[in-house]
Amino acid sequence: MAGITVVRMEGVTVGWADGVTVERAAGVTVAGRAASRWKGRQGLAFGRVGRERIVGVGWGVLFTAILAALIVGGSRNLQHFDAALVGYTFAVLFATFAITYRYSMWLQRPPTRVYWRRGWQVFFSPKYILRNIANWFRRVTADFALNRFIFKRSTSRGLAHALIMWGCILAFAITFPLVFGWIHFETVPGDVESYTTFVFGFPTQSFEIHSLVAFLVFHGLVWSSFLVIAGVMLAMRRRMRDHGAAALQRFAEDFLPLILLFAISITGLLLTASYTWMQGYGYDFLALLHAITVIFTLLYMPFGKFFHIFQRPAQLGVSFYKDVAAAEGMAKCRRCGVEYAPLLQINDLIEVERELGYRYETSAPGVEHYQRICPSCRRTMLGLAQGMVWGRIGSTGQHEAHSTVNR
Amino acid sequence: MPVAANMEFFIDPNRCIGCQSCVAACSECDTHRGTSMIHLQYVDRPISVQTVPVICMHCDSPTCAEVCPADAIKRTGDGVVQTARKPRCIACNNCVLACPFGVPKMQAEFSLMMKCDMCYDRTSVGLKPMCASVCPSGALYFGTREQIEGERPRSESINKFQFGAQTITTKVNMMVPKDSGTQHLDVLSAMDDEPAGRSGVLDSVFDDM
Repeated sequence: MAGITVVRMEGVTVGWADGVTVERAAGVTVAGRAASRWKGRQGLAFGRVGRERIVGVGWGVLFTAILAALIVGGSRNLQHFDAALVGYTFAVLFATFAITYRYSMWLQRPPTRVYWRRGWQVFFSPKYILRNIANWFRRVTADFALNRFIFKRSTSRGLAHALIMWGCILAFAITFPLVFGWIHFETVPGDVESYTTFVFGFPTQSFEIHSLVAFLVFHGLVWSSFLVIAGVMLAMRRRMRDHGAAALQRFAEDFLPLILLFAISITGLLLTASYTWMQGYGYDFLALLHAITVIFTLLYMPFGKFFHIFQRPAQLGVSFYKDVAAAEGMAKCRRCGVEYAPLLQINDLIEVERELGYRYETSAPGVEHYQRICPSCRRTMLGLAQGMVWGRIGSTGQHEAHSTVNR
Repeated sequence: MPVAANMEFFIDPNRCIGCQSCVAACSECDTHRGTSMIHLQYVDRPISVQTVPVICMHCDSPTCAEVCPADAIKRTGDGVVQTARKPRCIACNNCVLACPFGVPKMQAEFSLMMKCDMCYDRTSVGLKPMCASVCPSGALYFGTREQIEGERPRSESINKFQFGAQTITTKVNMMVPKDSGTQHLDVLSAMDDEPAGRSGVLDSVFDDM
């Protein structure tokens, strides 16, 4: 078996001089790993897992340290840091570490690593970069900003997701810079009716505190909570009425995120209601309650459904990979001769399967690997193979071949 | 609620009459309403009427899930390999290309892979999967081992499949002749095989033409 697969594409030279081949050359056996992965990855060699974890912790520490440095620097040595928000800050720092750690562990999985590397390679390939950049803007707009692919599943799903997503983006854009001390407001000297916005300690524009702009800006979290609550209601309605969703949904994975988003929005709105109409009644308690819901969500983020926020952009890399791979040539099925998939993807998949411990290599003439046969022929052969077993029996006279009577 | 341990899926493609009932019924399953997850495979349509109803075999070690870069495919404790999780699937097509049985379907417009989940909305509450409940010829059968043994005394079931050097064990069983000594089905043995009918009735028709 060829130990190293090198795929050359015009403009992109893709090599396998990485962990994949090095490990196989070193004789690391991963047979049975695929099965054991489902049992808590018991089959993985400890050394490898240990190394993956060290890499994960390393990236986690690095990103957390960078954020901490940005908080200290951006708030001018904590001069503009609001001490009342310190709980939020530490929750964000923890979430940063945990999300980076999980992301790093995820990227080290064989299929993910291949896509990650290939995605960047094909994106910056000189031959395709202009087309890629144009497609990048198109896809970011259609898929990420407008959620078009979710709207295609159903309008209510699309609307629910878009409302929640934009509500959260707006809320994050407002709160994170405030919590980190990156943005603060000061009255304009000699004009108590105006505020100046300071970003990273640098003065930017000023505005009147009783203007419409000020009203909209200072109630930004109210508007975002309206969006989130509407989205949560739509999502919850579907989860309570749809039989398909009812069969598959789980509390921690599907309901908890909605409950958390709702709790954050409601407690946040109550804060506004308290200081606007109730002379600050119960404000301290509400502030604490709101902080608890937000901090719990931040701590939950790396573990549950919210991790898709970080995982999902990989869809972009995959789309470029598929474009370029298809343009570079298709694989033909070794049984029927029909083009069925990009050759690059098939070659990559074979390497990934080998690394995962699968042994789909065959001795059939002209088919060195089962992956070289198209899915349609696989289905056909499944039926034919069963028919052959019955046919063999039929030819020996024990049973009638292809008869469905009494068997 | 998990799928009851004593209820099993048995497939017998040789019994398939190509009626498409399973395809129609499948699209009524609540977890993927309107989209059938069954491939009713025509073995060689111009010359044979042989068809193969292909459902997910629910492998013990699902290649589709292992090669998924997004961790979108999960196998539940009762051995059912679920369809891709919607927030995670990045539509890369790896699972479609890796599945040794050719099961997953890519829904390009949704950017989502979908596959048979053994009608989890039904089987998890004690009902039969849609396809098995309508199959008129018993090619798709859902019941207890005792039931099928009673109804098909000349058959037995296997759940091991050979693809080159790889053996795959599945939750779904396939019917083979009893006492034939078949321990596993070597799928690649059919690499050069031709569908039933080619060497039979239709061949004589073609010869006359």
